[in-house]
Amino acid sequence: MDKAELLKLKKGSAAIRIQTLKMLKWRRYGHLGGAMSIVELMSVLYNKHLNYDPKNPQWEDRDYVVLSKGHAGPAWYSTLALHGFFDPEMLYTLNEGGTKLPSHPDRTKTPGVDATTGSLGQGTSVAAGIGYAFRLNKSSQKVYLIVGDGELNEGQCWEAFQFIAHNKLNEVIVIIDNNKKQLDGTLEEIINPFDIAAKMEAFGFHTIRANGQDEEALSDAIDEAKAVKDSAVCIVMDTIKAQGVPYYYDRSDSHSPKFGPESDAAIDSVIAELQAFIDENGGM
Amino acid sequence: MWKLAPAGTGKELRAVFVETLQEIMKDNKKVVALEADLGGASGFTKIQKTNPDQFVQVGIAEANMVGIAAGMSMRGYIPYIHTFAPFATRRVLDQVFLEGAYAKNTINIYGSDPGVCVAANGGTHNSFEDIALMRSIPETLVVAPADEVQLAWTIRECAKLTGVHYIRANRKGNPTMYAEGSTFEFGKGNVIREGSDVLLVSMGEMLSKAYNAAEKLAACGISVEVVDMFTLKPFDAELIRSEAAGKKLVVTFENHNVIGGLGSCVAEVLADEGAGIPLKRIGANDVFGQVGTYDYLCQAFGLTEEHIIDTIKDALK
Repeated sequence: MDKAELLKLKKGSAAIRIQTLKMLKWRRYGHLGGAMSIVELMSVLYNKHLNYDPKNPQWEDRDYVVLSKGHAGPAWYSTLALHGFFDPEMLYTLNEGGTKLPSHPDRTKTPGVDATTGSLGQGTSVAAGIGYAFRLNKSSQKVYLIVGDGELNEGQCWEAFQFIAHNKLNEVIVIIDNNKKQLDGTLEEIINPFDIAAKMEAFGFHTIRANGQDEEALSDAIDEAKAVKDSAVCIVMDTIKAQGVPYYYDRSDSHSPKFGPESDAAIDSVIAELQAFIDENGGM
Repeated sequence: MWKLAPAGTGKELRAVFVETLQEIMKDNKKVVALEADLGGASGFTKIQKTNPDQFVQVGIAEANMVGIAAGMSMRGYIPYIHTFAPFATRRVLDQVFLEGAYAKNTINIYGSDPGVCVAANGGTHNSFEDIALMRSIPETLVVAPADEVQLAWTIRECAKLTGVHYIRANRKGNPTMYAEGSTFEFGKGNVIREGSDVLLVSMGEMLSKAYNAAEKLAACGISVEVVDMFTLKPFDAELIRSEAAGKKLVVTFENHNVIGGLGSCVAEVLADEGAGIPLKRIGANDVFGQVGTYDYLCQAFGLTEEHIIDTIKDALK
């Protein structure tokens, strides 16, 4: 990847992280940890890999995104706003009565949201259905399915993975956000998933491990996944819960933290750093 | 318009389901059938042979099947999914609720062998609660066709609609009620027999028993009107209001728990209206299903013509 492209992706991540933090800090609650860990992925998808038209969100030939870990919605909303799907001012209606931006994504409300998710596990099957339809239509479209590692507790994920693998449904690119924490604790404390990548391989997936903080590594992993022709594909993304906001790394409430003066200062400091990075590199 | 047919043994409803789907698949390549490894039981494997591109085998994974159907619906497909009624409803309630109804996707659900139709598969496979569950989900259509004519019409009409449509039907044949070519209207009950003393409301595989009981009661001097309420949702409250008016008694007769099913639907209308007419609800009453022949189970749960007759005679004493 050339330097200019990488810089674009990194600035994209910075902008999404800033926007998401601003929104959550303003709202005073929200799923910060799981939103932060998909920021780099969102930048890589929307700045490089996805086919979409923000002026025509229902464009028939678009690629689809299914955010099965629906609680990370705020990161997706920021991404969509920054890429022209709607006015960024709308972000400050998050979770208000009558908003188009509910805590969990709703395909009937938000421009650019392709699937309604929030009841964990269910997005996996929906993505399988969308991918199967692409297959029947002989379309080259892809559906990017983003699954949480804690979400893998849900049996429905494995039902869908079996179907995707059995049908070698590489129209679906499964991306597992391995941030290693769920609401009540670490994965090992709650339900040990053991080696997620090995599990996916055993399920019949061509499985790629990638550093989820590294835009170039993520982009390369997606390129590799798109090139696979005879198998289902999965990227296991090594991430940190609340990625990019170190204040939360050792906190047990990073899934859905309370906001106060201390966290506000930590968030403001991250925002200032990221904004400086963008400004020093020519702005957006 | 519908017409009643002479009494007869109906065709297997699973065969009707398969043949009707094959017929509409010819003109509409977007119609697809999904199975959860019960294709041998439903006959859907025949669709796999005739229309391989319009058949999806999901394996024993009902929740996944609902989600896949929802995803295909987003790309313009018209999915019909099949499994036994309990697995098509209570096992996948959140998936049907969220990825079906809430997300405004289209899923046509064939829940087969409801209630006592389960016979040898027994209490684990019994559904006396499927109507209650499905009618509690906003915007659903809940249908219990009485025979092969009403079922085939229902399947064809559902292909023209969007949303979640639950079709509850036997796999075996029900006694024939309607003449070939009959048409119906979702949300409208049919008065299939006039009467002045009692309003008897039924649907599905129980309808013929309700009709026969009414005929027998006529010989005892009791005039019974029979309504086929084949659509449980949207419910034809207006018909209940108008037909209950002036009657001494209203009776419901259903292959389902009286809690949340047809009996509840009618009770809600009568109570809302302040009708003040006595109501007797015949059906499974807060009990689990069990194993046995269809006839044994009908006896066990009071789903017989004799039980209707006795209930009405007792109530009118």
